[in-house]
Amino acid sequence: MRGIPGSMQVLRPRTADEAVEAFAEHPLALPVAGGTDVMVLWNMGLLNDRPVLDLSAVAGWRGVRKAPGGLRVGALTTHAELRDHPEIRRSFPLLAQACAEVGSVQIQNRGTIGGNIANASPAGDTFPALAVYEAKVHARSRHGVRVIPFLDVFAGVKKTVLNQAELISAVELPFLPAKPHRTVFRKVGTRSAQAISKIVAAGLLWLGKGRAVSELRFALGSMAPTVRRLRAVEARVAGRKLGPALVATAVEDAARDVFPIDDIRSTAEYRLAVSRNILRSFLQA
Amino acid sequence: MKREASRAISFVVNGAERTYKGPAFKRLIDVLREDFGLTGTKEGCGEGECGACTVLLDGKPAASCLVPVSQVHGRKVETVESLARGESLNPLQRSFLEEAAAQCGICTPGILLTAWSWVKAGGSADPEAVRKHLSGNLCRCTGYQSIVDAVVKTVKKRRAA
Amino acid sequence: MPKPGIAVGRSVPRVDADAKLRGVAKYIDDLRLPGCLYGVTVRSTIAFGTIRKVELDPCWPWKDAVVAGPKDIPGENCVAVIEADQPLLAPGRVMHPMEPLLLVAHPDRNRVWESSKHVQVSYDERDPVLTVSESLARKQLLRGTDNVFKQYLIEKGDVATAFAGAAHIVEGEYRTPHQEHAYIEPNGMAAWVEADGAIVVVGSMQCPYYVQKALKRIFPGRDIRVIQAVTGGAFGGKEDYPSMLAGHAALLALKSRKPVKMLYDRSEDMASTTKRHPSVVRHRTALSKEGRLLAQDIDVVFDGGAYLTLSPVVLSRGTLHATGPYECPNVRVRSRAVATNSPPNGAFRGFGAPQTLFAAEAHWEKIAAETGLDPLKLRRLNLVREGSVLATGQVLKESVSAAQALERVVARSSYEKTRRTHAVCNRKPGKVWKGIGLALVHHGPGFTGSGEVMLASRAAVALERDGRIAVLSATTEMGQGEATVLAQITAETLGLDLSLVRVETPDTAKVPNSGPTVASRTTMIIGGILMKAALKLKERVVQELGSFPTTTKGLKEAGRKLASKGPLTFEEEYRKPPEVVWDEAAYKGDAYGVYGYEAVTVDLSVDRTTYEVKLRAVHTSTDVGRAIHPELVRGQIAGGTVQALGWALTENAVFQRGRMSNSQFTNYVIPTFSDAPPIDLDIIENPYSRGPYGAKGIGELPHNAPAPAVVAAVRQATGLLIGDLPVLPEKICHGLLARRKAS
Repeated sequence: MRGIPGSMQVLRPRTADEAVEAFAEHPLALPVAGGTDVMVLWNMGLLNDRPVLDLSAVAGWRGVRKAPGGLRVGALTTHAELRDHPEIRRSFPLLAQACAEVGSVQIQNRGTIGGNIANASPAGDTFPALAVYEAKVHARSRHGVRVIPFLDVFAGVKKTVLNQAELISAVELPFLPAKPHRTVFRKVGTRSAQAISKIVAAGLLWLGKGRAVSELRFALGSMAPTVRRLRAVEARVAGRKLGPALVATAVEDAARDVFPIDDIRSTAEYRLAVSRNILRSFLQA
Repeated sequence: MKREASRAISFVVNGAERTYKGPAFKRLIDVLREDFGLTGTKEGCGEGECGACTVLLDGKPAASCLVPVSQVHGRKVETVESLARGESLNPLQRSFLEEAAAQCGICTPGILLTAWSWVKAGGSADPEAVRKHLSGNLCRCTGYQSIVDAVVKTVKKRRAA
Repeated sequence: MPKPGIAVGRSVPRVDADAKLRGVAKYIDDLRLPGCLYGVTVRSTIAFGTIRKVELDPCWPWKDAVVAGPKDIPGENCVAVIEADQPLLAPGRVMHPMEPLLLVAHPDRNRVWESSKHVQVSYDERDPVLTVSESLARKQLLRGTDNVFKQYLIEKGDVATAFAGAAHIVEGEYRTPHQEHAYIEPNGMAAWVEADGAIVVVGSMQCPYYVQKALKRIFPGRDIRVIQAVTGGAFGGKEDYPSMLAGHAALLALKSRKPVKMLYDRSEDMASTTKRHPSVVRHRTALSKEGRLLAQDIDVVFDGGAYLTLSPVVLSRGTLHATGPYECPNVRVRSRAVATNSPPNGAFRGFGAPQTLFAAEAHWEKIAAETGLDPLKLRRLNLVREGSVLATGQVLKESVSAAQALERVVARSSYEKTRRTHAVCNRKPGKVWKGIGLALVHHGPGFTGSGEVMLASRAAVALERDGRIAVLSATTEMGQGEATVLAQITAETLGLDLSLVRVETPDTAKVPNSGPTVASRTTMIIGGILMKAALKLKERVVQELGSFPTTTKGLKEAGRKLASKGPLTFEEEYRKPPEVVWDEAAYKGDAYGVYGYEAVTVDLSVDRTTYEVKLRAVHTSTDVGRAIHPELVRGQIAGGTVQALGWALTENAVFQRGRMSNSQFTNYVIPTFSDAPPIDLDIIENPYSRGPYGAKGIGELPHNAPAPAVVAAVRQATGLLIGDLPVLPEKICHGLLARRKAS
């Protein structure tokens, strides 16, 4: 263990106001929620001599509440709480499924949705689900709350658009206009459990008159520096019937919105081929 | 707001109220091992992957290598040392003994706690479900089979009782 | 199955279980050493070159720290294993990334890392040798004139002529990668200097006397005492490396005059310590029309890493197992271990045999594919039986269970029926393809050839004052259960209840040199020595008292009566069975006194969307001679099987410029509870006349068969023969894409 506890000054706000004030005062402070990502780096000795903004005690940033037209999930809500929450399971089942596949039970009990988003890993397991549910992220500073569409939060690998003084306080999940006819969530990891994703996929499909597609939302994680919606595919199938020729074209279009790479966990070729397989079987089903 | 560079942090460890005075960002595992002498909690990786450092935090498994002690104030921590009552092992430990489910033993404390949380919460005796719950605890000796057998056996015995 | 005795054949509670289940067993990290310093290692960041300069940052407060370098070494700057080519601290030349250069100790466990960052090393870097082909091409000369650490040649019959008359000739190349031991307790060691100048080291290790031998050359003229702490897994990974770590801790202790603890974290342990040797094995096989082996021509190359360490003996075992458990009239096995600029590879469960047996067994799939013959029938036709002659000329005389293991696993797994139903299912649409694969292997327990004679291991039993029997051996418990098994053998021999036997901690001040705890030798070799020692004790007591007491009281009394007439410790040394004959120079004869046999089937599915492999069921039938403790034997088989399945499927050590780049549990992916399949464990007891109660070794055998069985199953599922491990979904995907393109 290479972190030096004595080199860290811990700030422990109890309210949202205290939290944003403290962050404004200490812009270099390291925000910590569940600690499941930060502590790994700290253990490696990479974050010594930093003030720490321990958010875990902030009242009101935890739990799922009803909000106009949807649900409001506090940033400190853990993956375990989302996984087990009846309303999340009913209205946003892909998110519940994703949370059940984050790390291990130990990580699900500690890791938070806000921390997960702020960490901005390309492999974030909940991101494709949040992308197809068109979640909104509440970024709070002493100047108030800025509401950011989920996909716009990410600026690159491990980078967000959050300002220096902003903290994620909540995630807003708008209810879907209608129940989708098909849904898919698929995590492809390096092993069966407690794995880092090589590909994560989430999809929602609504069919309209004559079984033509009224809307498709399909998102992929680990396929680009940030989570991606397959806009070209979504546009290709909109308003059309899913026949073999259309599915084949749409599957080809998948490559237009992602930029998979070779890394220590997988290859670009595999990532693209398997993403296409997942998309194909979803559209064909 | 509290600035807790070195404010006393109090929490319940294995049923007893304990107070820690020291850097607030020290990891829970180090406080347990170094300050409280509870060396049953093991460090296997320092990255929250192996589960050897698992403790129960308010009854739920958590990797104590990823928990700054500042976050434990006012909460309840259980370590492997809490399981046996004096001479007698708890039912899960007894099953581990009977099934030879501890080999080198370094992962055992963490696995016992994750498994105990399953048993206590009324988890099922389905081996697949047990495996899923325990998949955050790595073991390199047993191939897992004897551990799954021991947990399933404990659940079944508890149901029968 | 033979009847259980008073102790042998019974799954008694492990002698170490209670402390481990309570969390009170003391591993090295748990030992309190008041006033100790914490030591860390400054390591090379390049693969190959020379050190230009080492500088300590003048702005850093070095006053609290202790720094030790090559110049502080009082004796030889080496870690002696077989040779002494590996330095304790690189004196000038850097041979691999993560090579130890300098040591830093500090009273604060966390700040010591910070100190080590303030050591600046500059290098003259050279172009490194990173693969075995670069090594064989002599891109740079790292060792001798050809980069070859060791080579062997085994020849039997006339290979060339046999090929001329063959109906089928099949060639194949098979590759296996580095494998990390991934014991859950990283390496750790503590050392201090006693008032009389003696050095004491305590730590996680397999072989206390190896450590002692290495330290004697580093610290000449000093007494060296080595004590094993409770050890959290090893699998070969704590065979030679602890000698290095002990040398480092002792050097810092000597310089600082304080106790020093050195505890690796996961990343340092993975990136710096030994791995399983990567291998490239080529087979060229001649067969008759019906599939009988006519000739096997096998070429083996192991990547030894930068220093010799244990490579010659790992290669030896690999070479001797390269044919598989089959009889072939004409054989040539040529093998080489070569140098590369990566950390030295070392011992890992199976010790070279899993690599060559992987090739031998996967090659049956190639043979089946090219000849149209059935892999099961091919094995039935060629497997060894009593009287068979191996490549070294060894005649198998007893306890030959290849056929029995094969037939039992085929029956228990319904292999033939499953294969047929999977074939039908794979032709229909569905979410997965299914496959079942088979492998048959052997493993020679104990040291190879004359190894046991040279080791001349000793072990003893002692009648103690409290009326208990002490087992004195340097054999280490690292999870496998040896303490329990040795206690059982001793108790059984004396006719005593197990509670009357205790096992002494391996401590060179207290126990004789029983050799290393490796090579599946403990139960068979050390158990055998202890049995003789116990018989000697028994004989002596009976001589004196007329009978052997079985109570504490009786034993105490016996002790009192005997004490005046001589020592109460009865030691025995290994004695080679006369019928075992080995010619080291010619590489001919009885390489091992006996072999264990195992057959395995792996039933799996391959997801048609993601190419992920899911293990459905694994069956093992394993001949152990005699299961002294059936539950522990099952533990060894299940544990070894899952390690091998990890090697086969997910464990992908990525090396970039000689350094492991995924040295964390996050990215070096070992099986979890959810990856490991349920295993049907079938123990065969076909006793060996020279083993204690008939026992043969079991530790390593389970690592040999699962990987080739996976490859066979994946071939049935996908039609792809993937001969380089691990069988990642990526390789299946690429293979299928390539096939689609080709058609």
